[in-house]
Amino acid sequence: MSTTTTPTPKGPLGQPLVRREDRRFITGQGRYTDDIVLPGMTHAAIVRSPHAHARILSIDTTAARQAPGVIAIFTGQDVAADKVGGLPCGWLVKNKDGSNMVEPPHPILVADRARHVGDQVALVVAETRAQARAALSLIAVEYEPLPAVASLAAARAAGAAQVWDQAPGNVCYDWHLGDPTATEQALKAAHQIVEIDVYHNRLIPNAIEPRSAIGQYESGTDSYTLYTSSQNPHLIRLLLGAFVLGLPEHRLRVVAPDVGGGFGSKIFHYAEEALVVWAARKVGRPIKWTAERSESFMSDAHGRDVHMRARLGVDKDGRFLGLHVQSQANLGAYLSTFASSVPTYLSATLMAGCYTTPAIYVEVKSIFTHTVPVDAYRGAGRPEAAYLLERLVDKAANALGMDRLEIRRKNFITQFPYKTPVALEYDSGDYHATLDMALAAVDYAGFPARREASQARGKLRGIGFSTYVEACGIAPSAVAGALGARAGLYESATVRMHPTGSVTVFTGTHSHGQGHETTFAQLVAEQLGVPVDSVEVVHGDTARIPFGMGTYGSRSLAVGGSAIVKATDKIIAKGKKIAAHLLEAAEADIEFKNGAFTVVGTNRQKTIGEVAFTAYVPHNYPIDKVEPGLEESAFYDPKNFTFPAGCHAIEVEIDPETGVVTLENVVAADDVGTIINPLIVDGQMHGGLAQGIGQALFEEAQYDESGQLLTGSYLNYGMPRAADFPFFKVGNHVTACTHNPLGAKGVGEVGAIGVPPAVINAVLDALAPLGVRDISMPATPEKIWRAIQDAKAKAQH
Amino acid sequence: MGAITLKVNGKQVTVDAAPRTLLVELLREPLQLTGTHVGCDTSQCGSCTVLVDGRSIKACTMLAVEAAGTEVTTIEGLAQGGRLHPMQEAFQSCHGLQCGFCTPGMILSAVDCLKQNPTADERDVREWLEGNICRCTGYHNIVKAVLSCRDRMAQSKEG
Repeated sequence: MSTTTTPTPKGPLGQPLVRREDRRFITGQGRYTDDIVLPGMTHAAIVRSPHAHARILSIDTTAARQAPGVIAIFTGQDVAADKVGGLPCGWLVKNKDGSNMVEPPHPILVADRARHVGDQVALVVAETRAQARAALSLIAVEYEPLPAVASLAAARAAGAAQVWDQAPGNVCYDWHLGDPTATEQALKAAHQIVEIDVYHNRLIPNAIEPRSAIGQYESGTDSYTLYTSSQNPHLIRLLLGAFVLGLPEHRLRVVAPDVGGGFGSKIFHYAEEALVVWAARKVGRPIKWTAERSESFMSDAHGRDVHMRARLGVDKDGRFLGLHVQSQANLGAYLSTFASSVPTYLSATLMAGCYTTPAIYVEVKSIFTHTVPVDAYRGAGRPEAAYLLERLVDKAANALGMDRLEIRRKNFITQFPYKTPVALEYDSGDYHATLDMALAAVDYAGFPARREASQARGKLRGIGFSTYVEACGIAPSAVAGALGARAGLYESATVRMHPTGSVTVFTGTHSHGQGHETTFAQLVAEQLGVPVDSVEVVHGDTARIPFGMGTYGSRSLAVGGSAIVKATDKIIAKGKKIAAHLLEAAEADIEFKNGAFTVVGTNRQKTIGEVAFTAYVPHNYPIDKVEPGLEESAFYDPKNFTFPAGCHAIEVEIDPETGVVTLENVVAADDVGTIINPLIVDGQMHGGLAQGIGQALFEEAQYDESGQLLTGSYLNYGMPRAADFPFFKVGNHVTACTHNPLGAKGVGEVGAIGVPPAVINAVLDALAPLGVRDISMPATPEKIWRAIQDAKAKAQH
Repeated sequence: MGAITLKVNGKQVTVDAAPRTLLVELLREPLQLTGTHVGCDTSQCGSCTVLVDGRSIKACTMLAVEAAGTEVTTIEGLAQGGRLHPMQEAFQSCHGLQCGFCTPGMILSAVDCLKQNPTADERDVREWLEGNICRCTGYHNIVKAVLSCRDRMAQSKEG
């Protein structure tokens, strides 16, 4: 499949440049948090609750304090005595009646009660990592185990154990969006109602770098530094400084150096970050904590775990008339940083999908359970919307005896801007184009022959589609604020031209695999007409970069890149003034192109390097009109979300004897807006697809009834491996975003959003001849085999 | 504690280490070779893969004392005389890495893959890499990188 439908670019924009950051990673020179060694550094380990729900009766640290190398031990009592604040939630969701959601406390060490396996009970600080870990087993915690609820069903059952007294029925909030009356009327008038019941399996993000944090306190300057594996260091500084420890931000530096993947799980402010900073001052030495993988499984925020029921009303021609969705979301035991927004503002708002459904009503109840907090994970809410809709649309086609592509085409939105009944306004898109592209790439015309060939070998072959839309670059700040967001959603950039014409860009976004150092250098090189190699990109250190919101929600290019464009525009505007002076021309007569300021209609020009030099050596300079120096900052607050969309097509072959699924064809045709670096965009697609396929076929976090995590390591959590995949076919059809200067939409999450329903639709297509109508994610061989056996048994009766 | 002598990246070193010290701990802590990463605690992820006497091994499954007298190559020692190993080059040119955390282990495992089977095909490569988990790339460009390195090495032998 051709990579893109746009013409080959001439400048650096759009070039598949290899990444400059690779050099350090392929030679072992990357610097992740755990690689950092500070003078006098100590090591921390954490006592975690082995119970899902227990009262803490006593903690005896006597023996541990005597253990070799142990420096200090802290418990929840110490944290409480110091009046350390709890971890805050960044989004206030309101109930249907206008009242606020329940916001229980989220202490950084629990004092009296543990609420999930892995809840942090005590902190040990020792000379070495091994000594800290060895001391854990010497701390005697006396627990009184209490009844626990580990699933949505258990938490909602009559007489269920309560996670929080202030949340009766374990309900955090009961929220809604859309028009219930119009939706009910539309459903009443429908020719047919199609119903579906789906569960979005609980996932564990599993960035390969385990979370790590180093806290440092310097008494001489009364200042703190936190090194942390975070996607957004300024957000952590704000939450840690203002809410948890009460530290002034100007004395708190947060550095997120190289970070080994995030996928959402490293957005959030975690207890360990606050603990190492707080305790570093107590012990007077830096403290490092790095998760063991088994700790990651029980302390990193999980993703999904949402149950949805929906009714779609259709007319006899297959037009969608109304949609009513009822959703229950498992939030875990505490509210993680953005947990409350995921099932609501990031999911319910996408329930129109690519379709013109005129009436939609979504109800969301979010529920506390005795499990690890659940929050945003690659896609965050949007995969749930896409999965529900794309399964439902296939079901509707079946019910009406219609072709599943025809029913999609019939309902596609084709006029933009388009205002959905669930609060969003799509600015651009071409859903037919990406569907056509996917059909060509998957060779849909050849599918019947391939199915026959499979049949001849005793195999079942199926093909499945999903035509999804999603929303990235959450914004604008004012609107999000009105809806409960407690943070701004702009992005920042500073562009510093040096006297010799090279450039340093300071971005508020954070790169942990996305390749911003390369992409943003390409962008600035294009804007300023300088070589890509003369642009350096700096991110991840609050002492160096302007206040920025970091990287999540596929926002970095659309929002952060736009801030960079604004800053370079200011550089050019100032440069024009300087050039006008040097060229003895009117500023209005100066144009900037290909790195040079030219007097229009002449060949008189000054390069941007010459202008920069003059700005820093202002001997012949319009000093009364322009300040020296050439450095500009910009903050960009988007006018709207961006709306990437596309079609994913999956072809599978299933062995009916074993239930094993083989992926024969993985196709993604997407519209992610303007592309700066196609090599990186394709890479983002591959990764997103792998995680989406992981959700559909392999991955599920499972708890037993007592709240024990059964999938607590790579031995029993279904992490996808190299042999699970074929090569993917990815391509783009670009329609530009209409409201940001780049036309960019975002690519980070589209793979994980679009592909799960395509996989399940393909599996169900393969199993359809046997009468299998439904299967839940992950569609493991066992589940498929059982579905086949059940269908066979049914057929015999 | 006891003294362990081994060769690391061509240099003889003697390090005092407790008997329970893992090879990966020896490399990361006293030797400060932090390019070898720890991504799990069950010997599943392969981020700590190094070459011991030329064979890939997960450095979290080997005690440091077991490595006494061996020759260990970590990612820091793979480039020779400032020239990248063809596998390193292939990972860069094929965009075979994103966050970079699994990359050192992935590259060293891939080096051994082609050493054992210089004509490995896509299936061979995918199966060989079962012991190395990557969460960023979907393995697509990693497999491409290994195959491209295979072709390049074959060409240079013919040439």
